[in-house]
Amino acid sequence: MNTADQIALHPPHTANDAHAPVISVEDLHKSFGSQKVLNGLSLDVRRGETLAILGRSGTGKSVSLRIIIGLEKPDSGLVRIHGQEITGLSLDQLGEIRKKMGFLFQHAALYDSLTVEQNVAFPLLHHKPEMSGNERSERARQLLTEVGLDGQYDKMPSDISGGMQKRAGLARALALEPDILLLDEPTAGLDPISSGEINELVLKLQQEHHMASIVVTHDLHSAKTISNRLALLDKGNVVIEGSFEELQRSDIEFVKEFLKYS
Amino acid sequence: MLSGSFTIERKISVNLSSPLQKGLLMASTLTALTAPTNFIGNFFEWFGDLGIFFWRVARAAVTPPFEFGELFVQLDEIGSKSLPLVALAGAATGVVLSMEARYSLTRFGAKSLLPAAIVFSVIHETGPIITGLVVSGRVGAGIGAQLASMKVTEQIDAIEASAVNPYRLLAATRIVACILMLPLLTVAGDACGLLMGWVAQALVEPLSLHQFINSGFKGADFNDLLPPTFKTAVFGLIIGLIACFQGMRTEGGAAGVGRAATSSVVLSSLFVILADVVLVKFILIFFP
Repeated sequence: MNTADQIALHPPHTANDAHAPVISVEDLHKSFGSQKVLNGLSLDVRRGETLAILGRSGTGKSVSLRIIIGLEKPDSGLVRIHGQEITGLSLDQLGEIRKKMGFLFQHAALYDSLTVEQNVAFPLLHHKPEMSGNERSERARQLLTEVGLDGQYDKMPSDISGGMQKRAGLARALALEPDILLLDEPTAGLDPISSGEINELVLKLQQEHHMASIVVTHDLHSAKTISNRLALLDKGNVVIEGSFEELQRSDIEFVKEFLKYS
Repeated sequence: MLSGSFTIERKISVNLSSPLQKGLLMASTLTALTAPTNFIGNFFEWFGDLGIFFWRVARAAVTPPFEFGELFVQLDEIGSKSLPLVALAGAATGVVLSMEARYSLTRFGAKSLLPAAIVFSVIHETGPIITGLVVSGRVGAGIGAQLASMKVTEQIDAIEASAVNPYRLLAATRIVACILMLPLLTVAGDACGLLMGWVAQALVEPLSLHQFINSGFKGADFNDLLPPTFKTAVFGLIIGLIACFQGMRTEGGAAGVGRAATSSVVLSSLFVILADVVLVKFILIFFP
């Protein structure tokens, strides 16, 4: 079935459909060479909702996030953002969709030739031409203050800690006031206190901005803290989806094993 | 050492008798036989990918929004910062040409042609090609390593995730800057070459700069100056395109960054030389 047929079978949701999923993933398949990473993954996330994707390494968690923002193309399947199918879009068409999305990379991926403030101002510089330099700077500093990086504006990314880099990455992800937030391992490599602070920060931001969020993590504590729902992945597909309590009640051997070692 | 070699030989002779080892030997023989095919396949795959990359960059370069801010940064980075190196290389070439040409022309009794020999050599060939090679070394390695580092640290993905087209912001600006700056750098390199060529000659035999220029450019017209200078715009395209391509397709951490920097310099230098062959022929046909 080609993309046009798939779109015809799954018409976009209308603007009036208030409970329509903001992010909708249907039957996603992705392989790298002979290695099958995603095997029919389907997910829905609505406004104000946070879904945590858990699973062992190599089960396709980060790949699914990269496909949702269009950094990877799936072999087959659909990804809808606000009802619009995105897998067949060009780079510039995707750009319009991405303005509504914020992405925090696992290692923050700050631009190493720019200061922390310039990193946060980068999306504003490119997408808010009406803003003056002072307004951009003010907005970037406001965002940095919001994530607890007050006074770190002129530092280079290499001069701040991993936790601070994640905070700066989060501020950059929020610069265009997105209604979708995608977080790839937000607490990976951080000490427990920094992890806790990042969790609280993400929770606070979600409560304030009511975004639809997906968090990919290995950290069960983090997932419990910041998400409404959890989806456990194995071999490229969802084994179980629900609240933490529902996962605990599950009889599935893989789920029991995962919770036991988490 | 000797006993080690003996052991290996014994192992081979013994193991070859097993069906498994025969199978492995056959597989390795097949690999050796198919290696040239793989090389040709990879070669065409590389060209295909380069073509797709070029198409994406060209499309991004001519559609708004235009990244003028980044273009000016790159004009400075590629042009102004390469100027001292190009000037030095051009000057050294002028001195060497002057010394070599003096020796040869004196032997054949044509010493009066020395200024013309220096001028024509510099503006026709040595100036453009030396500039191309110097820039491919400095700028090719710089662009290749920078973009490769950005690729492996997901900074290019972050640019894309911020709804900015990396082909437009990173590749198009660098390639356009290379295209625009190479002819200007060539003019600077030519000027330094001619100046130092005159200095080298004047040190041996008194000759004013005015006499040198008059004598050297006698009979020269714009066809002698403009086509060889503007052919370096093609060198700029080659250097920028290959360096950006090699950088933005990098995989594999620090080792990948090193490979990208090396391959950017090697491939861009090689293609500059190959392009020069074609362009010289083209110029000789269309600008006789």
